Amino acid sequence: MLEVANLNARYGRAQILNGVSLSLGQNEVVAVLGRNGAGKSTTMKSIMGMVRQKTGQITYEGQSILGKPSHAICRAGVGYVPEERRIFGELTVEENLEVGRRDKRDDAPEWTLEHLFELFPNLSERRKNLGKQLSGGEQQMLTIARTLMGNPKMVLLDEPSEGIAPVIVEQMANVIAELKREGLSVLISEQNLHFARLVSDRAYIIEKGSVCYDGTFGHLDQNPEISNKYLAV
Amino acid sequence: MSPVLSVRNLSKNFGGIKAVQDVNFDVAKGEFLALIGPNGAGKTTCFNMLNGYLKPNSGGSVQLNGKELLGTPPRKIWRMGVGRTFQITETFLSMTVLENIQMALISHHRRVFDMFSRATRLYVDEAMALLDLVSMSEHAERACSELAYGDLKRLELAIALAHEPALLLMDEPTAGMAPSERIALMALTADIVQREGVSVVFTEHDMDVVFAHSHRILVLNRGELIAEGTGDEIRANPTVQEVYLGGGTLFEDKKEAANA
Amino acid sequence: MGFYFAQLLTGLANASSLFLIASGLSIIFGVTRIVNFAHGSFYMVGAYLAYTIVTALNGGIFGFWFSIIAAAAIVGVIGLLIEMTILRRIYRAPELFQLVATFGVVLIFQDATLAIWGAEDLLGPRAPGLDRAVRIMGEPIPEYDLALIAIGPAVLAGIWLLFHKTRWGVLVRAATEDREMVGALGVNQAWLFSAAFVLGAFLAGLGGALQIPREAVSLQMDLSIIGEAFVVVVIGGMGSVSGAFVAAVLISVLNAFAILIFPQISIVLPFIVMAVVLILRPYGLFGKPGSEHVGTEEPEQPLKLMSQKSTMVLLAAVMVLAFSPAVTADFTSILLVDVMVATLFAVSLHFMMGIGGMVSFGHAAYFGVGAYAAAMMVKFLGFGMLPAMLLAPFFAAAAALFFGWFCVRLSGVYLAMLTMAAAQILWGVTFQWQAFTGGDDGILGVWPAEWASSDKVYFYIAFVLCLGGIWFLRRVAHSPFGYTLRGIRDSQTRAEAIGVDTKFHQWMGFVVAGSLAGLAGVVFAFSKGSVFPDTLGIAQSIDGLIMVLLGGIHALAGPIFGAVAFVMIEDWVTRLDYWRFIFGGIILVVVLLAPDGIAGGVNRLIRAILPNQKGGAA
Repeated sequence: MLEVANLNARYGRAQILNGVSLSLGQNEVVAVLGRNGAGKSTTMKSIMGMVRQKTGQITYEGQSILGKPSHAICRAGVGYVPEERRIFGELTVEENLEVGRRDKRDDAPEWTLEHLFELFPNLSERRKNLGKQLSGGEQQMLTIARTLMGNPKMVLLDEPSEGIAPVIVEQMANVIAELKREGLSVLISEQNLHFARLVSDRAYIIEKGSVCYDGTFGHLDQNPEISNKYLAV
Repeated sequence: MSPVLSVRNLSKNFGGIKAVQDVNFDVAKGEFLALIGPNGAGKTTCFNMLNGYLKPNSGGSVQLNGKELLGTPPRKIWRMGVGRTFQITETFLSMTVLENIQMALISHHRRVFDMFSRATRLYVDEAMALLDLVSMSEHAERACSELAYGDLKRLELAIALAHEPALLLMDEPTAGMAPSERIALMALTADIVQREGVSVVFTEHDMDVVFAHSHRILVLNRGELIAEGTGDEIRANPTVQEVYLGGGTLFEDKKEAANA
Repeated sequence: MGFYFAQLLTGLANASSLFLIASGLSIIFGVTRIVNFAHGSFYMVGAYLAYTIVTALNGGIFGFWFSIIAAAAIVGVIGLLIEMTILRRIYRAPELFQLVATFGVVLIFQDATLAIWGAEDLLGPRAPGLDRAVRIMGEPIPEYDLALIAIGPAVLAGIWLLFHKTRWGVLVRAATEDREMVGALGVNQAWLFSAAFVLGAFLAGLGGALQIPREAVSLQMDLSIIGEAFVVVVIGGMGSVSGAFVAAVLISVLNAFAILIFPQISIVLPFIVMAVVLILRPYGLFGKPGSEHVGTEEPEQPLKLMSQKSTMVLLAAVMVLAFSPAVTADFTSILLVDVMVATLFAVSLHFMMGIGGMVSFGHAAYFGVGAYAAAMMVKFLGFGMLPAMLLAPFFAAAAALFFGWFCVRLSGVYLAMLTMAAAQILWGVTFQWQAFTGGDDGILGVWPAEWASSDKVYFYIAFVLCLGGIWFLRRVAHSPFGYTLRGIRDSQTRAEAIGVDTKFHQWMGFVVAGSLAGLAGVVFAFSKGSVFPDTLGIAQSIDGLIMVLLGGIHALAGPIFGAVAFVMIEDWVTRLDYWRFIFGGIILVVVLLAPDGIAGGVNRLIRAILPNQKGGAA
């Protein structure tokens, strides 16, 4: 589905990614772990075409998407849920969803407003409210729902559990399970090992812009020194 | 011995919400004091009142060596002897490491309006000594924008020590660092603090760091001070366990957010 | 009573056109973050086109309104072409580049309009069917004014519906908040930006076209409206269309009444209102601090003292300059004085922008105050040249002290707008206050003292003052004062946390930059023998920006290169017909091809021509 090979990315003079390689299979949920500033978000943004200075290969469904503008990548079926949520505060919930709406595609499940409001009941109640009036948890749901309105085949979820209450985190875990059930592929970046273990099939750990672990959670649990070294647990 | 910092009846309302309520504590000379609590408990609000960015409700008092800090703008609080580091580092990115320290020294020596000296030639030895203190002297000539995050943190520490403060305020000093780096940074801080006789108040989420280095811990919850004591006392305190430390369940890290 | 009501209606009618152009400007800024100086040109071209189409069709009521819409639509198409060929390439550039690029478009439009329609003012026909006046409360009110009063709110309602009831409008509003995110959700930003630009240009063209029954169409329409349109946008809050409406009504109505009491006020009133609003509400009436998700800008490298080699080169250049009067003709000395004045002006502007991080769109204010202060001391107080030269910069300093106090309270594009407002206020006062400043006629006969009257002697006076000023500013840049300014620019939080009074320090930096600009103005005044309101005008401010940009903003030596290149180009080009056109073209070429200034551009050119040079030398 997605193949990233030897990805380098920089902002100005600062080299953020140093040869990141990872892959995501069909209908797989994979976690990218690492602490703040390790390069998780930059990896996500690079895949999404939001980092300009980058080299390496990014292949999505056999086609190179390196250097493509982000709207083209989105139209190819990649959904992106940013870390800071970035909902449109001056737009209503419905308008936020409208911005994300794209035509149905044959090779991906279709998400209707009704289906999304079922999955996120809070949003349904607040559909006429402005984005900025929502709580942090509601905003997190809105940003995911907005991306799903684009009927993606693959979703990049950047730190979905960051800064929200445990109840919502549990809901988030359910949502990710639902995405997998619907047949989507999901790449999650996370700092929270517990949450990542709960929702994903396998994991990468990124440190200082390179992948330093690639394997299962089982192996990670048997070797706690790895997570101690690289993760903030 | 009289305390370096004494905080009395510190309160802050945002709208109708009581963010901080009637907080009282003292900091002794050379003490390493941790301020912990769930997100939204009022740690940052407390901190911002100590360093002058927020104006508290009337009635409270914060005294540094007997001088009132409340109502003083941040830059004057710094002059009175309070250094600070930020959760996300704040440095002068278009300058070298050494120049960053020199800036603090220039300000300390009240020469920011000097229009004729060469800034880079001022206080070089003092600045190098400070860099030595945080083991950064080999990076002196590097552009600050090229530094790794951990090095930036150490640079900030050196900047904060430039005016020989009586008190150091550190807001989440180890946020965004790997565990090994965290311990190293705090060990360095503790070492310097002990040698220089500085008092430190810091907020922190990493309990390993808190228990390893603090002399005393204050626990805030919903704006109130709910516990105070040494690491062992805090660990054993059932109220603290309930609202903050938790029992090591699945969403351990997220427990704090629940109360936000 | 009836008279005052009539005055109110006149104000409201004026508000309509102002609202149309300002709303277009606001939409363009909201979506693309471009401060579009060429918006006044759209307005002007809209008026000219409407004039041509109306007179050609001569087709009664229907023909008139069709012509108005057609003119606006053509302006929309012109806007599309400009967006696609020029602006699309500079969306990621710093705002300074964008401003200068759109100013290049202004120059091109000025000469294109001159070539097509000629220099004469054109008087359009009255609107058929609306060419009489009705009596309201005993006062005659032009019917056309009533139509305009209705058109303003109608357009506002139309835009509101467009923005809230169509998918396109929702996307535009979303892009105003976070355009990168809109792109990540699959929306092609390029076309969204184009569409917003076309809408903005259409509205400006409409505003201009609707003016033809009310005022003569002239070549001055562009720059005379643009300042006011900026003010309306800033007062309303950048990006807010309803804010633009409220601000346009506020300004026009206030103006309609204020001129009853103090007729000269109309030029400065908008700027005074803007200054007051920005002090009370730093983001305008309906504005919000924008959530910018722009890529991290590359941090600047630490300042270095010049290497021995470049010091030698510089010294050699100064020596050559010092001995030049001995070997060159008088007109070369005069030109070199222009170069030195421009260089000091550019260096002082760079000090404020590059070192201080405060972008100024109105630096000419202090240049002009210096020039006028010197001229007035000589003419009215009978001062000699030297005392006037020594004292005049203090007046510039005083002006900077006054306006700087307001400006440093803001930051970014709002600060830039306030500096422009300050300059426009001073320009308006100078222009209007005939008795004191000579108004449009300027002050003549400001010649150097007898002993300094030869071009060569004056060259040395200028040499000492300008090079002294440049040396002083460089010295300050390397001093603790200059480092502190840069520190505040890098991180205000950190500067505050090491005990710096950041606002006060920026204020003082503003004053230093203003004083030295004033010194440049003084040297300028005596070299020309006269001063005119132009010395404080927008064009003079923009010239300074172009010089800084030509040289590249990140280098201390940048403004020196930039000013020299600018004066040389200007001296050559202004001898040609349609020089504005050519000059505008040069500006665009530089902005599009060498966004890192001359030095950076030359570097890249060398690398492009000789790709192996670097490797070969190793």
